[in-house]
Amino acid sequence: MDLSLLAWGDSGWGDEMFWSGALMTIAIATCSFLLGIVFAVAAAAAKLSGNILYSSIANVYTTVMRGVPELLIIYLVFFGAGQVLRNVAVLFGYTEYFDLPVFVTGMVCIGASSGAYSTEVIRGAVLAVPKGQLEAAKAIGMRKGMMLWRILVPQAARFALPGLGNVWQVTLKETALISVIGLADVMRKAAEGAGSTKEPFTFYLTAAVIFYLITKVSGRGFIFAEGWANKGVRRA
Amino acid sequence: MFKWNIISDSFPQLIAAIPLTLQLTFLSLLLGLVLAVGIALMRQSASRLLQWPAIAFVDVFRSTPLLVQFFLIYYGSGQFRPELQSAGLWTFFREPWFCAIFTLMLNTGAYTSEIIRGGIQSVAHGQIEAGRACGMSTITIYRRIIFPQAIRQALPAYGNEIILMVKSSSLASTITILEITGIAKKIIAATFEPLSVFIVAGGIYLFINFLVVIGVQMLEIRLSPQLHRDRRSVFTSIGAFLRPPAGPGPRT
Repeated sequence: MDLSLLAWGDSGWGDEMFWSGALMTIAIATCSFLLGIVFAVAAAAAKLSGNILYSSIANVYTTVMRGVPELLIIYLVFFGAGQVLRNVAVLFGYTEYFDLPVFVTGMVCIGASSGAYSTEVIRGAVLAVPKGQLEAAKAIGMRKGMMLWRILVPQAARFALPGLGNVWQVTLKETALISVIGLADVMRKAAEGAGSTKEPFTFYLTAAVIFYLITKVSGRGFIFAEGWANKGVRRA
Repeated sequence: MFKWNIISDSFPQLIAAIPLTLQLTFLSLLLGLVLAVGIALMRQSASRLLQWPAIAFVDVFRSTPLLVQFFLIYYGSGQFRPELQSAGLWTFFREPWFCAIFTLMLNTGAYTSEIIRGGIQSVAHGQIEAGRACGMSTITIYRRIIFPQAIRQALPAYGNEIILMVKSSSLASTITILEITGIAKKIIAATFEPLSVFIVAGGIYLFINFLVVIGVQMLEIRLSPQLHRDRRSVFTSIGAFLRPPAGPGPRT
């Protein structure tokens, strides 16, 4: 193992892996996670709505996302959506071949998967808010929007935090898959380094170390956030 | 965009890939389970020397993506080819199939050991003390008191783990193995009909996972019938598949 390959600057791959690759991984993971929460809030609301149509759509979404490999979904969206958009582009007179931007494709795929897992977390958190509080809010004449913002969301967010921390860790690791369609993240940089130096172990080990560090540091972050969110809660 | 002839053409090819997916999944689950029991027992032991490697192993495998683990073992082993050759191990590590099973085994072993540990810890302390008071040996206590209850406790979480492993086996396609996802990608590249192929391949995965859910649920009912007096039907199983408990997500 030749660690000088990981030197910073032009002579090594240190800056590519630890800086630009790691930043890309953090960026795609954050965007996917946040997009996932948007999906999850919508799906959880649909499941809790009591409307059969909405809740079945949400159930199909979470079932498919939990039952089908993410890699397959990435292939579908990357090749499939690209095809659709190219056909649309032809209608507007644009005939050149183009691929979808990998960042957006990856974000949508991993976000959709992450959202399916967050859905159950958020649904559980909403159900954990005591019903009496919502009734009390109604009794003192709060409107729906106010009830949502003052009673439901602050508490559900606190209840959801530990579960969302788990989903974040999963999402972060899932983003490694986007490298198969060419996103320049830690995995891609490692593959490039491995290909051009014939030292695959060195590079994939470095990638593993980077993922490990991001996982651990962000895990600390979530523990800190939980402590912050729960500072007003009485402990028995 | 949605072509019946592509669906009917790809269907037999994808069906033919099912055995490989099942083999990757269940062989590594089986080996991983053995590994996981060992790791869980190491963590339960009083010796720091045994605890420490188990904790480190679980931590490392749970904190890094499965894809990295795949590449590290399959491509990474090439860097140590002379050493592996002289140790006689290269015949294994040059085989993608072996590397896939090995990686999946280590990965599921790490996650499953935590599931088992949770099950073991759920057994009430007093029962173990009672067992000791009757003069049972540690092995008898594990065999008669701890494991029977820990298995029941851990089963739902382990069912989740099986589903995640069915999904995880798709990553074997990245190291040239042509299981369902590998075949699907090949057909997509050849026909440029991703949606039709996806419907078939995704449908197969959903069906496998559906059977897993039903199987685990039947086992649950069999192991603890007292909790399932209200005779469960297949329809409640479908309900459980649609609305699973919030658990850990997929592996990558």
